[in-house]
Amino acid sequence: MNAFITHFLFDIKVGLRDKTLLLMNYLLPLGFYVMMGLVMTKINPGFAENLVQAMTVFAILAGTALGMPNIIVSGRELGIFRSYKINGVPAISILGIPALSGMIHALIVAIIIVITGPLFFGGIRPENLLGFFTVFLAMAIAATGLALLIGVISKDSRMTVLWSQLLFLPSMLIGGLMMPSNILPASVSFFAKLLPSTYAMSAFKSLAYNQPTSYNVGGSLAVLFAGGLVSFLLALYLFKWDNSDEVSKFKKPALALLALLPYLIGAILL
Amino acid sequence: MKQTAVLIKSFVKKYGDFTAVANLNIEVKRGEIFGLLGPNGSGKTSTLECLEGLRTATSGEIDILGINPTKAGGKLKNIIGVQLQSSGLPASITPREAINLFSAYHNISPDYRFLKKFDLVEKQNTEYCMLSGGQQRRLSLIMAILHNPPIIILDEPTAALDVQSRVALHSIMLELKSKGTTIILATHDMAEAEKLADRVAVLLKGKIVALGTPKELTASGSNISRISIRTSENCLAGITEFKGLVPDPVNQEYFMLFSKEPGSDVIKILDYIKSKHDDLIDLRIERPSLEERFLELINPI
Repeated sequence: MNAFITHFLFDIKVGLRDKTLLLMNYLLPLGFYVMMGLVMTKINPGFAENLVQAMTVFAILAGTALGMPNIIVSGRELGIFRSYKINGVPAISILGIPALSGMIHALIVAIIIVITGPLFFGGIRPENLLGFFTVFLAMAIAATGLALLIGVISKDSRMTVLWSQLLFLPSMLIGGLMMPSNILPASVSFFAKLLPSTYAMSAFKSLAYNQPTSYNVGGSLAVLFAGGLVSFLLALYLFKWDNSDEVSKFKKPALALLALLPYLIGAILL
Repeated sequence: MKQTAVLIKSFVKKYGDFTAVANLNIEVKRGEIFGLLGPNGSGKTSTLECLEGLRTATSGEIDILGINPTKAGGKLKNIIGVQLQSSGLPASITPREAINLFSAYHNISPDYRFLKKFDLVEKQNTEYCMLSGGQQRRLSLIMAILHNPPIIILDEPTAALDVQSRVALHSIMLELKSKGTTIILATHDMAEAEKLADRVAVLLKGKIVALGTPKELTASGSNISRISIRTSENCLAGITEFKGLVPDPVNQEYFMLFSKEPGSDVIKILDYIKSKHDDLIDLRIERPSLEERFLELINPI
């Protein structure tokens, strides 16, 4: 436990010290938030209603989908995981610690957004803060799980960019951040339901703002938590200590597609 | 008689159809520095990775102080320390944080005296990526020894280091040996192996082609010595009496002769110089180095 705490505290510090992580955890989400607060709320005043929750989801996605996979890939490529294995660091710590510290960084950004959004950009303060942070947690778990999985299955950092953008860009475009999901055409709406952000935005509306939504809030949270859990377990199963690691023939990267299962069930049932 | 620290018996490592190591047998005694030499692809890394518990042997037996590394679980980390060829540390970690982190995983109190001993006190709060190559290697070595393991595995510990850093690391290795630590040293640097190792094994295509002390190895080759001579009047120029006596291509003031019987050849040359009333300035007889013997082993004529 002492080792886990020492490692976790070190990882938190690295998140603030490493320029790339600082950019993904803080500068990009907060910069984008300020820009959207200043510009988007003027162009489309209705956006102010979604500002706080949409920028919170953006912060989670930036810190996880854009920042986290490269940590896994570089750790593997630079022999850091080999060194960890020799010194007794378990795989669950290697995946769990950046996941936890990433969530802490995203939480700090979310708190800043919740406080400053209504003050400076006409955003709406959540009516139910506990509900807000419950949805935050569910979304953070779901996005972190997928980000870890991307890092684990990507052969190199170029592949992480591709996979990360496959999660990040659709989330931005059809995941409810820029426009409400209920105005999407039916065909696009199905694909939107394969994205965690769609469920998070819906759950925020219901649980944090007490507004009616298209999806059942319990179902949305269940999809997010289940999605995060399945992704994390798959990442743990497919984890490799280095690029030339000999793995079982059953450990195919294609298994990562199983991470979509909770979202697929959600898309069919919700 | 010294106890066995590492025993490798009939060890085979295959990757698919490719055999990286074929039937390797090595016994390393406690307190010994054992050099593992070989060109790229000779099976050194596969052997080390199996010793470190990173890979599993295809067949055969590996025993480290009575423990099978692939089945050791958490026990292995307490008996071996490894300095990997790759960095093995996060770019943002500082030497002080690295000592904290690895000490925590070994369940020991951090000992910052290592920073002083390895001349890293001034750099203790500098990120790993900002350290020089020599400082990075020294820090990696601290990580390998901070839990005081009885066996240390060093993979190219002085690669790409300047002379000063190399000499400093050599003295640290000798100090560890004097305390009874067993060191397995994989290196491409023959001078390093010759200087430090008690015994060396030369691997080629996954098999041992030579095993013994550096002296035994150099003596077991073609046993040709090199005679280098310099005289004041250069009377050896154009000489025909000694077949093979030629100007040294590197140091043109010298003549050189490769000889299987250096004693009698030197007497003959000295007699010749005396007969020509020339003065001897310098004469050297050099045994083949481990590097020359190594090249002979991996490139047999």
